[in-house]
Amino acid sequence: MNMYDTERTEAALDVKNLKISATGVNVHYGQNHALKDVSVQIQDNTVTAFIGPSGCGKSTFLRCLNRMNDTIDICRVDGEILLDGRDIYDKGVDPVQLRARVGMVFQKPNPFPKSIYENVAYGPKIHGLTRSKSEMDQVVERSLRKAALWNEVKDRLQEPGTALSGGQQQRLCIARAIATSPEVLLMDEPCSALDPIATAQVEELIDELRSSFSVVIVTHSMQQAARVSQKTAFFHLGSLVEYGDTSTIFTNPTDPRTESYITGRIG
Amino acid sequence: MTDINTDQAKAERFDWDGAEYSARVNKRKRSELRLKAIGLTAIAAALGMLFLLLSSLISTGYHAFTQTHIKFDVTYDPEFINPDNLARSDYRGLIREVMRENFPEATDDDLRMLSGILSNAAQFKIRDRIVEDPSLLGQTISLNIPVSDPYDQLNKGLINRDTPEQFRRVNDAEIAAFDVLVSRDVVTKPFNWALFTNADSRFPELAGLKGAIVGSFYALLICFALSFPIGIGAAIYLEEFAPRNKVSDLIEVNINNLAAVPSVVFGLLALAVFIGWFGMPRSAPFVGGMTLALMTLPTIIIATRAALKAVPPSIREAALGVGASKQQVVFGHVLPLAMPGILTGTIIGLAQALGETAPLLLIGMNAFITAAPSTPFDSSTALPTQIFIWADSPERGFVSRTSAAILVLLGFLIFMNAIAIFLRNRFERKW
Repeated sequence: MNMYDTERTEAALDVKNLKISATGVNVHYGQNHALKDVSVQIQDNTVTAFIGPSGCGKSTFLRCLNRMNDTIDICRVDGEILLDGRDIYDKGVDPVQLRARVGMVFQKPNPFPKSIYENVAYGPKIHGLTRSKSEMDQVVERSLRKAALWNEVKDRLQEPGTALSGGQQQRLCIARAIATSPEVLLMDEPCSALDPIATAQVEELIDELRSSFSVVIVTHSMQQAARVSQKTAFFHLGSLVEYGDTSTIFTNPTDPRTESYITGRIG
Repeated sequence: MTDINTDQAKAERFDWDGAEYSARVNKRKRSELRLKAIGLTAIAAALGMLFLLLSSLISTGYHAFTQTHIKFDVTYDPEFINPDNLARSDYRGLIREVMRENFPEATDDDLRMLSGILSNAAQFKIRDRIVEDPSLLGQTISLNIPVSDPYDQLNKGLINRDTPEQFRRVNDAEIAAFDVLVSRDVVTKPFNWALFTNADSRFPELAGLKGAIVGSFYALLICFALSFPIGIGAAIYLEEFAPRNKVSDLIEVNINNLAAVPSVVFGLLALAVFIGWFGMPRSAPFVGGMTLALMTLPTIIIATRAALKAVPPSIREAALGVGASKQQVVFGHVLPLAMPGILTGTIIGLAQALGETAPLLLIGMNAFITAAPSTPFDSSTALPTQIFIWADSPERGFVSRTSAAILVLLGFLIFMNAIAIFLRNRFERKW
């Protein structure tokens, strides 16, 4: 992690840079109270990492941010989540449109069993973001370049996306997610299925993506959180324990549970 | 102290090479061998049954794939043919004349017997030729005419000549006359195309499966046209859109039960509702297809739901994650991926429907109909009901024809299942 980057981001912070503001979020899966009164402010052009032991609610919270939890019948979300000052759980908000604005990359690479081109073009196509074939070609190329995949696949865009290697597939999924020009990119353990080289590529990519989006990443690897993020939130047993600058969390945590976790005593 | 500890550890350590353990290993191996033997026996028994079935069908059925014919020179003598009414001339008299030419010393009684050698279709065959081409009047042509069933059986060696005459289907004089024809080298036994080009008939030598095949085809077409879209629609709604509650649970249980309802019940339902209330025609492949659709629907719904469920959730999440609506997810991603499974299930459902007999009997598709249907609304039989009718007929010739019809039905079923397997292998995806 580059100290200069962190300092610049922190210096630029003020209220108008606030992207997502969550207040008092509670999530129930049936009888199970999965997330307890979580409040987080997520800034624009920042990588925010959610860390914590398995089952602590970090993925659940991530999925609240683009209303993916709506697809689970027994899931109930209370509280307020504002995206640019607007409540995303408001009746007037269309979850489908919201998901185009808040893109998501999943734990396991999940390209569509279609061509590489179609994978990236799918989002812009269903939302009508382009008017012509050449415009679409540009979007596809731009997205693949941003995802650092263009050079590897430019000669075989018509090959199936599922034929790529694991790391390439995950970068394809990132390209697919950023093709709709989202404002926020949610990543749910994007490197857990990748080898160290592919992980390094994706991490480098995340750092570059920060210039265009607000990135929220859930990770099990504390080193990864330390490497890529500027802000870190530590979840434990469904509660947000501590949230702050990554450097502070890792060097000088205020809560003893955070310290235990990052030093490997719990988790 | 260290020594004692080591000794203790040695004593506690399990003896992997001891007699106790090797007995255990042997026991395990024996039980595995036993299981293997039982499995192989089961497979051998199943194959044996299949072999018995097929060999019995083929050994009786193969006779029906040939038909004895006799080649005669027929002269369209103006004495018997009325040029103004070709369709209603004395063709029986003409046949008798043909026989007189072949057996000059025969008496009138003999001639009646000799005319019986030829199929009842002979007069129609002779008539059709001259109706087609009236210039044949007065000319002589050579015609291949099918023989009637008893002589066909005799020629195929299915009538034992050693049986006492009074128990035999053909008497000594008839055999002698036929043998004369055989010695003149005019008797042939070509492939029995009539089995596929004729509809049903009272006479085995004329009876064919065309009506049944066309009837079955129409019935399956109607069945597919109804059950495929309705079944897929119902399955998509239940699997992807319906809320999980008591009502959808109840629907699910009922669909599963519906798949287990005996087919004869669907036949009774169709009889009461389609024919009774709605006044639809009896014996029509259209009604048959609707009845079979009732039966096939649960199969298709269950197969489709299973295929939809088998699409990995990660694909749905991926599509939802880029902002696809529920409908776009289902029709753009899930359904195409589930299609091979759906098609396989549908074809297997249709194959079941093709072999289904009971409901078709109840709506009258076992009628005696001598013409193939030209539309799905004409009366017709279907393959399984045709087998039922022939199995019920007393004439000897129908015994082999029944087996032949079963072989044809099995052929269609194997063909359909082969398509299903091909589709499954061709489009099977791995994630």
